[in-house]
Amino acid sequence: MSTTTTRGLAGPAPAEASPARPRRGLRGSSTFNFWLFTSPFLIGLIVFVYVPIGWSVYLSFFEARFTVTPSDFVGLGNYREILTDSNFTGSLVTFTVFALFIVPTTWALSLGLALLVNRLRFMRAFFRSVFFLPTACSYVAASLIWKMSIFNGVRFGLANTVLGLFGVDNTAWLADPSPPWYWLVIVTARLWLQSGFYMILFLAALQNIPRELYEAAAIDGARRGLQTFWYITLPQLRATSTAVILLLIVAAYQAFDEFFNLLSKTTWGRPPLVELYYTALGQDQNYGKGSAGAVILTLLICLVTLFQGRIMGFGRGEDSK
Amino acid sequence: MTTTTTTPEAGKPRRTRRGGGVMSSSGLYLATGLAAVLFLVPFYILIRNAFSTDPEITGENWKFFPTHIQWGNITEPFRDVTVDFGQSMVNSLIVAVLHTAGTLFVCSLAGYGLARIPYRHANKVFYGVLFTLMVPTAVTFVPSFVLVSSLGWVDSYRGLIIPGLFTGFTCFLFRQYFLGFPKELEEAARVDGLGYWGAYWRVVVPNSLNFFAAIATITFINGWNSFLWPLVIGQDPSAWTVQVALSSYMTNQTVNYHLIFMATAISILPLLFVFLFLQRWLVQGIAQTGIKG
Repeated sequence: MSTTTTRGLAGPAPAEASPARPRRGLRGSSTFNFWLFTSPFLIGLIVFVYVPIGWSVYLSFFEARFTVTPSDFVGLGNYREILTDSNFTGSLVTFTVFALFIVPTTWALSLGLALLVNRLRFMRAFFRSVFFLPTACSYVAASLIWKMSIFNGVRFGLANTVLGLFGVDNTAWLADPSPPWYWLVIVTARLWLQSGFYMILFLAALQNIPRELYEAAAIDGARRGLQTFWYITLPQLRATSTAVILLLIVAAYQAFDEFFNLLSKTTWGRPPLVELYYTALGQDQNYGKGSAGAVILTLLICLVTLFQGRIMGFGRGEDSK
Repeated sequence: MTTTTTTPEAGKPRRTRRGGGVMSSSGLYLATGLAAVLFLVPFYILIRNAFSTDPEITGENWKFFPTHIQWGNITEPFRDVTVDFGQSMVNSLIVAVLHTAGTLFVCSLAGYGLARIPYRHANKVFYGVLFTLMVPTAVTFVPSFVLVSSLGWVDSYRGLIIPGLFTGFTCFLFRQYFLGFPKELEEAARVDGLGYWGAYWRVVVPNSLNFFAAIATITFINGWNSFLWPLVIGQDPSAWTVQVALSSYMTNQTVNYHLIFMATAISILPLLFVFLFLQRWLVQGIAQTGIKG
């Protein structure tokens, strides 16, 4: 099966080619050295990645509450249960709404910041650092600042203070799902945290655009600004944009920290991982149902990452860089 | 595409494209400055609250700065009896450092083996690593927890650190890097009589320190900021990392505003240090690796 991969997927030279110098004994053999180098990682990978995946598939077919060695086989019962559970399907809807908000806004903001910073002549490093600084914050720390101060529902929260200047009454940003102001809190927090990171990617890509393209465009009479942006910058950034969007989707899919902390004790706005957390580790400790949920989520994310892998060329070997 | 051939000859009076555009220079700085202020607001609030008294924070009118800077607040999280903040900082430090060291060790060795040591089935092994890239570890936290708890590793450093060391993505990055490592250097080492192991530690690693530093910076930040896994594993408060401790402040019955903001500020300090002194590697790491979520 693997012998059909003639695309130079793995780097090492063909096995027939002996190493630089014919070696003596076991310690010199490349097979021995291959395993010497890779086995610590591979053993860990099997124990902590492959075994859990396999175990969760196994558990998902059993009735397993408070136990991880169940004996009560229920077939697809857990899957039926979780797929008809409105909380679980609702969490997929929550993820979709979240992704629809956060992916385009982060893309636009990080690209916008990169364009601004890229054009600066003075204090460029300073501004880059400022936009990048939130990356040092954890999602928990940001959640705390957002929940306890900026979007605190009482009068001394910053948002309510500012709105109060215009005579607007206090808003319960997080404690009330209608109207769903909590989305504003969640989206701004993540926007603040991750935009600087993606800005760095866009900056690197912007600097890779050949200067000649702009000079040529100027000669052809293209107006600076919107025209060159539309016909040169944006097309040149296509690969980075695609990568960023896919990364953003995968990151949104795994969102947990800010939802868990900002919306603790509430029943609304639970994305998939938070829902899974309460299913498997909450009151019920329903490992069977939780595992079924994990398998479903894994299959869904596999679709996205497979697509991502195809576009970004993961594993294409040497020429992918 | 074809227009690229019309590259103007060198020495042409060049107007840089920075000069023009949709925005004048002052407009550009105005927009950037405004965005920067917005980005700094949360930090300002964090610092203001950390050094204020509670009545100042919760007062009727917004106070831009505390009347008297409350230096005494700095030690308060450490004296708090409800949450052992000091212990959680120590836990986080140990976990993040060992997480970084361990990840670099196992992933770089495996990456080198996969990239540079000829072996008949290397392809198959590499596929086995690639497959795990499709499954983000966060999604499998339920089965991972099941496994780790049956090992009896709940509430332990082992449980916090070891399961996270084997990241397919980091291994993949090292493999890609080592594929581009100059062969001549290694061959010189081999001629000098070093085996793979010796050549790796004496020649390859010392010549790759930039790359190691870049990966280390990112890994450390991720280790310090991670929340879901420590939350699942740290059932007992003595095993909480600082993120879990911060999270517990938010659900406490009584809220000491100045205390929890000071605790948050302290929790960010180590990473601020990383940012100030290692930003070069951090930026390089992000740009080079093509990123991690």
